[in-house]
Amino acid sequence: MRASTSFFPCGKDVDGRDEPGHDGVVGRENHMTPPSLRDRVVPAALGLGTIVVAILAVEILIRAGWINGFIVPLPSDVAMSFGKVIAEENILGRFRATFLEAFAAGAMITVVGVLLGLLLYRVALLRAATETWVAALASAPTVLLYPLFLVIFGRSASTIIMMGFVAGLPPVILKTVEGLAGTRAVLINVGRSLKLTPTQQFVKILLPSALPTIFVGIRLGLIFTLINVVGVEFLINFGGLGQLINDLFERYELSETYAAICFVILVSVLFFVITEWIERWLRPAQ
Amino acid sequence: MAATGTVSDRAARAAPPRGRLAQGGTRVTLLRLAIIAMVLITWEALAYSGLLYRDVVPRLEVIAAALWTLLIAPDTWRHLGVTGYEIAVGLLIGGVSGLLVGLLLGANRALARAYEAYLYYLGPTPKIIFFPVMIMWFGVGFGSKIAMAAISCFFPIALSTASGMRQIDKVLIRVGKSFRLNAWQMTTKIYLPAMRAPVVNGIRLGLGVALIGALLAETRLSSQGVGYLIIQAYSVFDMPRMYAMLIILFVFAIGANALITKLGGLHRS
Repeated sequence: MRASTSFFPCGKDVDGRDEPGHDGVVGRENHMTPPSLRDRVVPAALGLGTIVVAILAVEILIRAGWINGFIVPLPSDVAMSFGKVIAEENILGRFRATFLEAFAAGAMITVVGVLLGLLLYRVALLRAATETWVAALASAPTVLLYPLFLVIFGRSASTIIMMGFVAGLPPVILKTVEGLAGTRAVLINVGRSLKLTPTQQFVKILLPSALPTIFVGIRLGLIFTLINVVGVEFLINFGGLGQLINDLFERYELSETYAAICFVILVSVLFFVITEWIERWLRPAQ
Repeated sequence: MAATGTVSDRAARAAPPRGRLAQGGTRVTLLRLAIIAMVLITWEALAYSGLLYRDVVPRLEVIAAALWTLLIAPDTWRHLGVTGYEIAVGLLIGGVSGLLVGLLLGANRALARAYEAYLYYLGPTPKIIFFPVMIMWFGVGFGSKIAMAAISCFFPIALSTASGMRQIDKVLIRVGKSFRLNAWQMTTKIYLPAMRAPVVNGIRLGLGVALIGALLAETRLSSQGVGYLIIQAYSVFDMPRMYAMLIILFVFAIGANALITKLGGLHRS
C-alpha cells in the first residue's frame, strides 16, 4: 500500500484545521451552507462585541483593583504604547529583519522542497523508503534543536534562517509529491501523445497541474517558518520582532511588551490571511 | 471463460503478485538501511576528518556513552518526570477547555461564525511570544510552563473538535434525539464516540505543540526539566550530552504520540 502523502491526519493542518486543498477537503466554510448577509453580520458583530466588552471589563477590573496592574497593564495604556513602540523601538527595522529572515528561509524551503519533492516523485523506491520519515520530521519538535544550530551557526541570523528552513521544509516536500502524483493520467497521456520531452512534460503538464497543491505546502511551510523565526528570535534574543518582545520584557516595560505581542499577532494574522487569499486565488486552476 | 471471470479472479489479476510485493518491501527496507548507514558513516567520517570542530560533531561512540550515562542517572528521570508532569497537566487543562469550546462551536453555527475565525487565525501565531505574559501571571516555576503547554494545545484541540462535530453523521444525531437523550447523554453516547478520530488527532497535534511550548519555556527560564538540561549542556558546550538529551527527547515525543494514538484506538496503516 502506498503511504499517504498527507502528513497531517485526516486532512488537518498544524492547528487541527481542515487542511485546504487536501484530498478535495477545503476550508472550514465547506461544512456550512453559505450564510446570508444577516447571518454573517450578526455573528461578526457578536464576536467583535465580545472582544470589546472583555477589554472594557479588564480595564474596569484593573482600575477597581481586582486585577493587579503590575501584572496586567491597562488596555488603554497598551493602546497608547503602540505609538511609543512604533516610534522608539524601530519597529519597522525589526519588522524588516524578521521579514528578511522569513523570506530567506521561505525561498530556501520553496526551492529545496520542490526539488526534493520532484526527486521523490520521480524515484518511486526513494519515495517509498523516505516519505514516512519526512512526514515524521514534519511533526517532530525540530525547534528544540535550536541550541545545536546555535553551536553550528552562532548567535546570528543564519541560525534563525536555518531553523525556519528545517521547520518549513517537510510540508513543501510532501505537498509537492502529493500534487505531482495527483496529476490526472489523461493530462500525462496527452503530453506523451504530443511527444513532449521530460522537461516540457514537467513545465507544461505536471507543474501547472500540481501548483495549487504545491502552494498549499509552501503556505504551510511559510507558517511553520514564521513561527520558528519569531520564536527563535525571542529565544536567542537576536533579530527582529521576537527580540523586541524579549527586550521590552527584560526592561519590564509592561504595556509596551503587551503592545509588541499584539503587533506580532497582527503580523502573523495578516501573513496568514494574505497566503490564504493567494491559495484561494490559485485553487480554481485545479 | 477468461473474459467473464469471477470477482476474485479479477481481483487476483489486479493485485500485484505477493512475491513482487515482498520483493518491493525488501528493497525499501534495504534502501532505508543503506540511507541510515550512509548518514552514520558520513557523521563518523566528519568526526574523524576535523573539517568541523570535533566537539560539534562528536564520534558516535562518545554520543552513545553520553546517552548511557544519562539513562542510568536518576537525575535524568527526575527531569523527564518534571517535563512529563508539565505537559500532562497542560494537556489536561488545554485539552478539556479545547474540547468544551470545540463542542460549543461545533454544535452552534452562530457561535462558530462569531468566534471560530479568531481561533482559526490565532492558532498559527508563535505561542512562545506569550511566555513573558505567562511568567508574569504564573511565576517562573511549573505554572508558566504548564500555561504554555495549555495555550499551545488549546487551539488544535478546539478546532479539531469543532470540525469533527460538524462531520458527525446526521443519522446518528437523529437516532439520539429519537431516543430522547438529554444533552449529557448526547455528548457521551453520540457526539464523543462519533468524533473519536478527529478528537484523538486533535489531541495528538495538541500533544506535539504542548511539548514544544513547555520545553521551549524550560530552555528560556527554568531550573529543571529536559529543556533546562539541553540548554545547560549547550551553555557548558557539552555537545555529546546535548545530542544524547535530544535523542531522549525525540524518543519521548514519539513514544507519547504513539501512546495517545494507541489509547485513542487509532492505528495508522
